[in-house]
Amino acid sequence: MEKKKTNILGSVWSWIKNNPIVVLLTVVSLAMGMFVPNFFSFRNLNALISNTTVRFLIALGVSGCLITKGTDLSAGRQVGLAACLAGTLLQDPGYSARMYQWPEFSIPVALVIVVALGAFIGLINGLIISKLNVPPFIATLGTQTIVYGIALVFTNAQPIGAFKDSYKAFVNGLWFASKEKGGFPGVPYLLAWALIFGVLFWFIYNKTTHGKYMYAIGGNENAAEVSGVNTGRTKILIYVTAGIMYAIAGFLLAPKSGGASSTLGQGYELEAIAGCTIGGVSTTGGIGTVGGVLVGVLVFELLKIVLQFLGVNPFYNNIVQGLVIVVAVAVDIRKYVAKK
Amino acid sequence: MSEYRLEMRDVCKSFPGVKALDHAQLKLRPGTVHALMGENGAGKSTLMKCMFGIYKMDEGEIFFEGEKVDIRDPLDALHKGIAMVHQELQPIPARTIGENIFLGRYPMKKALGFIPMVDHKKMYEETAALLKKVRMDFDPKQKLGELSVSQMQSVEIAKAVSANCKVLILDEPTSSLTQNEVEALFRIVEDLKAEGVSIVYISHKMDEILRISDEVTIMRDGQYIGTWESKGLTTDFIISKMVGRELTNLYPPRENVPGEVVFQVKDFTSINPKSFRNVNFELRKGEILGVGGLVGAQRTELMEGLFGIRSHTTGTVTYKGKELKISRPKDAIDQGVAMLTEDRRATGILGVLSVADNISVASLSQYLDLGVAINSKKVEKLVQDNVQKMNIKTPSSKTQIQSLSGGNQQKVLIGRWLANDPDVLILDEPTRGIDVGAKYEIYCIIAELAKQGKSIIMISSEMGELIGMSDRIMVMCDGRVTGFIDGKDATQENIMELAAQFA
Repeated sequence: MEKKKTNILGSVWSWIKNNPIVVLLTVVSLAMGMFVPNFFSFRNLNALISNTTVRFLIALGVSGCLITKGTDLSAGRQVGLAACLAGTLLQDPGYSARMYQWPEFSIPVALVIVVALGAFIGLINGLIISKLNVPPFIATLGTQTIVYGIALVFTNAQPIGAFKDSYKAFVNGLWFASKEKGGFPGVPYLLAWALIFGVLFWFIYNKTTHGKYMYAIGGNENAAEVSGVNTGRTKILIYVTAGIMYAIAGFLLAPKSGGASSTLGQGYELEAIAGCTIGGVSTTGGIGTVGGVLVGVLVFELLKIVLQFLGVNPFYNNIVQGLVIVVAVAVDIRKYVAKK
Repeated sequence: MSEYRLEMRDVCKSFPGVKALDHAQLKLRPGTVHALMGENGAGKSTLMKCMFGIYKMDEGEIFFEGEKVDIRDPLDALHKGIAMVHQELQPIPARTIGENIFLGRYPMKKALGFIPMVDHKKMYEETAALLKKVRMDFDPKQKLGELSVSQMQSVEIAKAVSANCKVLILDEPTSSLTQNEVEALFRIVEDLKAEGVSIVYISHKMDEILRISDEVTIMRDGQYIGTWESKGLTTDFIISKMVGRELTNLYPPRENVPGEVVFQVKDFTSINPKSFRNVNFELRKGEILGVGGLVGAQRTELMEGLFGIRSHTTGTVTYKGKELKISRPKDAIDQGVAMLTEDRRATGILGVLSVADNISVASLSQYLDLGVAINSKKVEKLVQDNVQKMNIKTPSSKTQIQSLSGGNQQKVLIGRWLANDPDVLILDEPTRGIDVGAKYEIYCIIAELAKQGKSIIMISSEMGELIGMSDRIMVMCDGRVTGFIDGKDATQENIMELAAQFA
């Protein structure tokens, strides 16, 4: 075997080649910071953190489905339904036009209810996929439509607002915020959610049998089954986990957006899937990391902020985002395409 | 006009980290069968892929009928008259035989004089004629997926023939064929040879090579070793050239002593009436029980039934007098039964995962801290122990298993099962598609396990292996056990007699 060259320049170059997206992100951010005033500001950073957190939680949920060669098209609608339910449970009791005249719920109880709903929908997805053997694309296409329908019925297509102050503070709050005008704007509570779930998912994916079995199923489901992996239970658990993540994302999204409605979350599943793919989660299964998912999601959120700072007409956003998906994946996939 | 139909000179080809071909060469005479031999990884398939335009050569030249040619891609190769039947068939099972044969070059006609459309009538007529030529009698409109693997192979050959090829590459064509099917294939090969086609024949089976080929080219580590006339060559000579050293023993000495009966199978019957039925056998501690039979004897199905991959209606399985309840693989594993499945790719390797993940997947629950967190150190130790003990050749334990050779993949899979310390180990064709050197290593592992007191069941379609490795041989035919032969008394003849009892 040829001895590997160990000079620093060489290893830097190979790192750059293997992480083109991270490099691109850094270069774009640095350039923006240099030429656009206020780009490097805490306020802007906080916006990035808040936006990324919600998308990151959704993408973490979807990533397990993708790694096992599945997908979850119901993600966005589940986020929307969770946001509506959370908003209803935590509407200001003093508000005259409350959606439902329910007794007052505390924040933890509301969170548990919302998470239970997410777990239930995930369970349904998992059962359809692993017990009825419906392909995940079709199964979740069905539940996507059903969940949207439920959200319409539940809200009567009316927007929900006027959340309790405690709920708004719980989600939108900041640590260490300076009282002075123009001082340090603080660290968003949302960052904690991203950190906790990032670490938790890293642990699950790398340190538990469940995580290993997930990769094994993605690598070769039949071989995993023969090796004693309970593939059915593992897949169900993955969709349940995914449902819980969408529910939490929805719970956070309602006060973050200042309101919820049945259309909230529409298309988020595609953004999450695209983010995962950009972050190196293989749609052919068996490959994907939590760090990669974070990078993939960051690409999108950073891109949105960059476009906003550059004053690009928001109508162009979809075009640019679509291009980024294709280009980023095309560049990244060169690592895996076998040379002939 | 050159005396050769096709010549490849000084072909070099590198992949990241390996030099797959190092000045390889090949000279094909018209109207001959040219065997290309070498261990797995010697570069045979790579060389053929260069000839067929799937790979681009880094260096080297190809002369076709005396003229230097540049083969850009498989379509170009086909136009020049070079056709290839791949080791792994790539058919489209849901389409008809005719559509598969004419894929990419459908005969066309003009509807209403100007709308181009596929001429189905012509396509199926030509397909029928081609099938006749390869002595196969199918309906051209039959779905390809309804055929057996060997029949699909015949269709692939018909496809190659239909291109009016002058050079035909057959890459391990008989690896999944029964004896009768091999004979049928040989008749086709003889027919083509008589028509002047040059045939490159890649195979690991010595008897076939010596029977069918006119010349033999041997490769080792991507290099050209030499070309000899087949007449007068011996198996020993070929093997010594392939491995680059004298192989004195094909099978290791066995020091295992079969003890008391531990594993008993009684009246085991499949839910599928055409599969295994009323199977009775017992297995001793430290015994290697070979299972012989023709393709279709339901040996794999029986073992998969015992392991819980397939269902059974009646029958009991006991280990040391205790009845085992097995309805899925996990049950079998939990009760000390392990099975190395036949199709490495389909039910064995986790292709994109690392060697470490592949070894540890079936035994992860043994390495948990506090019941949840996998202890990476213990897992890594397990992996390193296996890599060393079984001499697994891999750049690192993080390497994707799909980039290893077949023999090393197989060793990883054996390691996966040994990590669970099973009492009964079922091996289904443990050396299929593995080169001579690695085969010997796997035999050594099997012999060592038996010596340690593990009970081993080994299905094999290779007579030599069956006779050379088994303490006893159980022969099956048509889903039934037709007899047992002591390893010392076993011969090809008495095994075949039992294997073909109802044929």
